[in-house]
Amino acid sequence: MAYDKFTVLQSTAVPLPIENVDTDQIIPARFLKATERKGFGDNLFRDWRYNNDDTPKQDFVLNNPIYSGKILVGGKNFGSGSSREHAAWAIYDYGFRCVISSFFADIFKGNSLNIGILPVTVSEAFLDKIFKAIEADPKTELEVNLPEQKVTILATGESEGFDINGYKKHNLMNGFDDIDYLQDMKTEIAAFAEKSIY
Amino acid sequence: MSTNPTTLFDKVWDAHVVRKIEDGPDVLFIDRHFIHEVTSPVAFLGIENRGIGVMYPQRTFATADHNTPTINQHLPVADPLSAKQLAALSSNAEKYGISIWALGSPKNGIVHVVGPENGITQPGMTIVCGDSHTSTHGAFGSIAFGIGTSEVEMVLSSQCIMQPKPKKMRITVNGKLGKGVLPKDVALYIIAQITASGATGYFVEYAGEVFENMTMEGRMTVCNMSIESGARGGMIAPDETTFNYIKGREKAPKGEDWDKALAYWKTLKTDADAQFDSELSFNGADIEPQITYGTNPGLGTGITRKIPKASEVKDGEASYKKSLAYMDFREDENIIGKKIDYVFLGSCTNGRIEDFRAFASIVKGKKKADNITAWLVPGSHIVEAQIKEEGILDILTEAGFELRQPGCSACLAMNDDKIPAGKYAVSTSNRNFEGRQGPGARTLLASPYVAAAVAVTGVVTDPRELIEEEAAV
Ligand code: SF4
Repeated sequence: MAYDKFTVLQSTAVPLPIENVDTDQIIPARFLKATERKGFGDNLFRDWRYNNDDTPKQDFVLNNPIYSGKILVGGKNFGSGSSREHAAWAIYDYGFRCVISSFFADIFKGNSLNIGILPVTVSEAFLDKIFKAIEADPKTELEVNLPEQKVTILATGESEGFDINGYKKHNLMNGFDDIDYLQDMKTEIAAFAEKSIY
Repeated sequence: MSTNPTTLFDKVWDAHVVRKIEDGPDVLFIDRHFIHEVTSPVAFLGIENRGIGVMYPQRTFATADHNTPTINQHLPVADPLSAKQLAALSSNAEKYGISIWALGSPKNGIVHVVGPENGITQPGMTIVCGDSHTSTHGAFGSIAFGIGTSEVEMVLSSQCIMQPKPKKMRITVNGKLGKGVLPKDVALYIIAQITASGATGYFVEYAGEVFENMTMEGRMTVCNMSIESGARGGMIAPDETTFNYIKGREKAPKGEDWDKALAYWKTLKTDADAQFDSELSFNGADIEPQITYGTNPGLGTGITRKIPKASEVKDGEASYKKSLAYMDFREDENIIGKKIDYVFLGSCTNGRIEDFRAFASIVKGKKKADNITAWLVPGSHIVEAQIKEEGILDILTEAGFELRQPGCSACLAMNDDKIPAGKYAVSTSNRNFEGRQGPGARTLLASPYVAAAVAVTGVVTDPRELIEEEAAV
């Protein structure tokens, strides 16, 4: 599945200062029954977002109109739990292109990169600054600059660098994915498979 | 010849690197790929849309498990969405020539139960599946981990995935386990010590007497839970226990192939001076039966302990309070004696024959407590058949329990087996996240012994009390 290229993103952000946000919260299992990748955004954070009777929970951040944007800012250990890529699909489908946290679960991070969401790991101190800035002014804009590997709080100019490997960076900036890469390697793979004892 | 000491993990990983990408991931060849109905349909769609086929269908195995009913499996699946997913799995398997154990097949069951059970899982392999508990297969000394749907598509179309090599951690547990302590307790204990994110970024090797003395099923339980400490996976060096388990199973190598494989498998261990990025060790004697009280698997403790105060846990205070509020538990309360509504015995963590034997050993001659609804769900049809053969079903029936049909069931509650909102369930599965077992459901993770003790008393009970009774008879 191709995705939009990612270079520089300037946007307001939605704060979710909770630790250990797991993939069962991002998209509960009962919404995994689709056989197509469509409409997952509607059920993003379903049980935090809606009451049992499907009325919105007023105190949840996605239901608060003062917060919006293409960046989701989450607490430490974001995306723990299941390997369901549906969690990343739901975040993408809802309209986010970037998630910022001080710590990501491995599988979630890999899934995000594979579908065109940029997971940005910042220090706890900088994450705290971002949360405070948004709390003080929900219209605070952040700039996520992939070529320069830097996040900036635009109002104050404070910024921090982030890591990403060169290969993934190149992919995201060009909208390529691993499947394209592996298709080009098939002869090499077949030669390798020849030697396999299994 | 280089004599660089290496770890078991390095040996297996390095033997599977097709290409190293500079400043990028490794291209890793995958020996075995398991698929199920939930995380594969979109991957097959992707393959279709790109017009690329399945490269090595004989290396992929399909089973239906996540979304299957656990009663009346002979009837058509009632939920149309579930039925559609199951049909998609079957038709994709047929179209691409992939072996499938569909609903109703005598080999059907939870993916991480049927793989080892049929000898598909072997030492030294790389094994992936679109389910995070693929780490289970690490019990055989293979590198096994969960992947997302894009990666399922990669493996189908190229038999490879792209992964940066994780860091290595060794967790050593020496000493002897106390009475009533099962492999699940060892796993929950480790996670409680290191937290739900303590091993993120690492691949774990479990070493020491406790694991050397464990059965294969016990090792599978431990490796299964690796992901709950954030680890990519966990593995245990193969030994005689491993080889004896595999020998003679349907897909295990035979004759000369067996000898050749065995000679290789025997080389799969960590060299004496090999370096890990992190080393932890615990004492088996310190581990008592465990139970969780919060909403991540790291929030667990010895069953006789109190629920910790916010100041004593490593999770942030706000998250911890939210967790206790969800469970309607309070700091400094006893867990023993808490009233429970549901007991779930099953899942790829504890749905194997030894788990049913353990459960039966406690409920034998007793009666199910009236306030308990018990769902006992075998991990596979083979386990189910064994339960019947060994007379375990009779013990369970006499004690007032029923057996359901195999599947993931209430582990993730995608089918009808949902714990109702607000109810408490003691579960032998692997996750106690908010809503994991049904919207609003409250889960306490524990071993099959603890589940059995709860099932007959109706409240959280230390299983050692009941084992003592047994011994006195
Ligand atoms: S039993 Fe639970 S963890 Fe295991 S494969 Fe099924 S859903 Fe995944």
